[in-house]
Amino acid sequence: MIGLTAFGAYIPRLRLSRRSIVDAHRWNQPGLARLGKGERAMCNWDEDSLTMAVEAARDCLEGMRDSAVPAVYLGSTTLPFEDRQNAGILGAALGLGEDVRTADVTSSQRAGTSALMAALEAARGGEGGSLVVASDQRRTKAGAAQELQFGDGAAAFTVGREGVVARLLGMHTLSVDFVDHYRGANREFDYNWEERWIRDEGFLKIVPRAISKALADAGVEAERVSRLILSSTLPRAAEKVAGSLGIPADRLADSLHAGVGEAGTAHPPLMLVQALETAGPGEVLVVASFGQGCDVLVFETTEAIAELPQRRGVQGSLARRREESNYNKFLAFNGLIEREKGMRAEVDNQTALTQLYRRREMLLGLVGGTCDVCGTRQFPKSRVCVNPNCNAMNSQSEFRFSEVPARIVTWSADHLTYCPDPPLHYGMVQFDGGGRIFANFTDVDVGSVEVGQRMRMMFRVKDYDDQRGFRRYFWKAAPEFAPQAAASASAAGE
Amino acid sequence: MASGIKDKVAILGMGCSNFGERWDCDPEDLMVEAFEECLGDAGIETRQIEAAWLATAIEEIHVGKGGLPLSFGLRLPYIPVTRVENFCASGSEALRGAVYAVASGACDVALALGVEKLKDTGYGGLPQRSRGVLNSMWWANYSAPGAFAQLAAAYRAKHGIAVDELKRAMAHVSVKSHENGAKNPKAHLRNRITEEKVLDAPMVAEPLGIFDCCGVSDGAACAIVTTPEIAKSLGKTDLVTVKALQLSVSNGVESGYSSWDGSHFMTARIASRKAYEEAGIKDPRAEISLAEVHDCFSITELVTMEDLHLSPEGGGVKDVLDGFYDADGGLPCQIDGGLKCFGHPIGASGLRMLYEMYLQLQGRAGDRQVKDPKFGLTHNLGGAPHQNVCSVAIVGSYDG
Repeated sequence: MIGLTAFGAYIPRLRLSRRSIVDAHRWNQPGLARLGKGERAMCNWDEDSLTMAVEAARDCLEGMRDSAVPAVYLGSTTLPFEDRQNAGILGAALGLGEDVRTADVTSSQRAGTSALMAALEAARGGEGGSLVVASDQRRTKAGAAQELQFGDGAAAFTVGREGVVARLLGMHTLSVDFVDHYRGANREFDYNWEERWIRDEGFLKIVPRAISKALADAGVEAERVSRLILSSTLPRAAEKVAGSLGIPADRLADSLHAGVGEAGTAHPPLMLVQALETAGPGEVLVVASFGQGCDVLVFETTEAIAELPQRRGVQGSLARRREESNYNKFLAFNGLIEREKGMRAEVDNQTALTQLYRRREMLLGLVGGTCDVCGTRQFPKSRVCVNPNCNAMNSQSEFRFSEVPARIVTWSADHLTYCPDPPLHYGMVQFDGGGRIFANFTDVDVGSVEVGQRMRMMFRVKDYDDQRGFRRYFWKAAPEFAPQAAASASAAGE
Repeated sequence: MASGIKDKVAILGMGCSNFGERWDCDPEDLMVEAFEECLGDAGIETRQIEAAWLATAIEEIHVGKGGLPLSFGLRLPYIPVTRVENFCASGSEALRGAVYAVASGACDVALALGVEKLKDTGYGGLPQRSRGVLNSMWWANYSAPGAFAQLAAAYRAKHGIAVDELKRAMAHVSVKSHENGAKNPKAHLRNRITEEKVLDAPMVAEPLGIFDCCGVSDGAACAIVTTPEIAKSLGKTDLVTVKALQLSVSNGVESGYSSWDGSHFMTARIASRKAYEEAGIKDPRAEISLAEVHDCFSITELVTMEDLHLSPEGGGVKDVLDGFYDADGGLPCQIDGGLKCFGHPIGASGLRMLYEMYLQLQGRAGDRQVKDPKFGLTHNLGGAPHQNVCSVAIVGSYDG
């Protein structure tokens, strides 16, 4: 048996109210008002496809950090680097070691499902435990309909032969050069063709054909489908596909459009994660992904799905939410407006690649040291132990702090240091079990920070080097989030 | 057992430029302004100086690297000139070099000069520069006020003090320094302020408002030192000698080990204890007449009074609010206005503090003169609470 062995998700905490977008453009685009309901997920200034991928992967790997991961596939069309392997950074941030096959899968909205198919094919060949992540932060011009329709997010799966929670029954791909939109090399934004043509000549013809072939490959009749995971921003397109296949409309999975928006290559995977969170054993899940053709995968959940430890997933990510109603902030975070940043922002953030390489485990994986003599954990790892009663030399083994909970010892909210979203919060955080770091905070609200507060480390953008097109990543402290607590709080509220 | 520095070196002369936004001055102008006063006070000629130390912290802002800026600026006669940098303790570090040179017998007369030209950046506050290839990749992005503001959060948590009470004590620190600075013709900020004004000021780094932060200034200060014997032979009376010079530098315990609670300076506790021992001071609260401490921010001064063992731990707020450190209090602190109002040209600050102590001990401090001071303490703190260098110096009248 091959299939999915675990899953995870990440949706940025910020949700931009669509009303704020509509209001900003009403003067010249009154027609956008029809899209003005609900909210869209929006990356914080220090999030991108890669940081979201790390979070989705951490969620997926919850409780299985000791298992070997032989391969990492990262699907996205909005990766931060065109030529520096993004999946390699993802693997390093997760501390997967160097003996790992890594690949970026990109250039099509199918990239997330194509990455998943590649991993499943490898599993057929005997590879177990690979990680597949799809993540997207799609940029649009200000005032485009897609600005309202899109959202940011990531989903992750492990694929293998042991502990399968959703067995692969079959899959099929149609590759058709149907150009509904494209983005040329070195272009910032997509160029889109007419919606009605995309729907009638593309989506409604290509998708049903691909699903029929996948169902045939799986040997599954349409009426056995428990969930059809199919998303489109085209009006009623998913319903029409379901109807043409003889699948009742109530089997269509929630599109996540109301609260998240269409998250590009990550969207079908995100919907699949949500379906898996609520599925019992024996359910048939069909996931289809449209883009220059169509990928379709057919899964059946197993008994093991009930035993998977609880994770944040889509439900937890939706609960970890802060409404943003300031559209100007969205423009600023996405580089859609030339803003006065002040002279302090002019500091040169050139990165010494030699130094980055020497300290790659420390900088990408938050790896510090444990003294073999006195047991003191410390960050960074150093040649002489920091414990004043020890100071042993050359005594430290590597210790990874990224998954260790921490609490705030000191903090301030700084209005002086340049930050795209001031004030900049930072302070000393103390790790449970020893070790500490003076770290920037992220995803905190003004007035909510206090000494003793529980924190969790997150992989984020530290600095942008706009002069050279580089971005630096490092770990920041964010308020701890307990999905169980949020779920019970919302249940109590009901 | 080392005998320490006590009474081995005397101050022969001192000078200090006006501090402030010296838009019309190059570092050369500031150095010469301080040096002219110093040379006149010492009553010697430039050619009698045998070695010199230059303190400047942020060399890429106008002053330059190495010993050249000082040697060129004063046309020193091809003598040894060493540039030192130890954050905000740079000026005290230059003094240490000159004092130790004289004490060792390597030379008879040495110069320590500190200078900083900060107002060529185009914005307020300290210059923002890269922190180095590795540090810039993992240190939190932070500013000086944000780093020192951390003390307030930890101090409140440790001592269970309400934010309003701590803010009030911090405001008193600043109001007191403005009161003192108003009387100082060389000070950068000479206006009096009220507690309300401090509390209503715009926030810089929670909980520090704009009046909780010191001035960022251009300026220079310097000292010529020699042995007490040579000073006497040059006709000097009322000698001021160095009683203690201590420096403590963090090694990573605060930022990397789990013992430090964030509410105080480990270095200041160590450096001050050693300084009292070197100076032979048993009860610093009773024996120290005056203190010039590194009040880069109001909260720094408040916790520093405890770290210098002048206020009991947790008792700083009460002492401040009781006026113990006011000009008419038991232990006047920042009698010249401090960093807060005299200003903070980084490399010059340690020597500026010494300048005030020297004037006070010689009874030459004018409107600010304190009655019969015996020991004056200066304290510099460079870096951030979680990793810093701290210097403590004690000077006093010479009885020999």
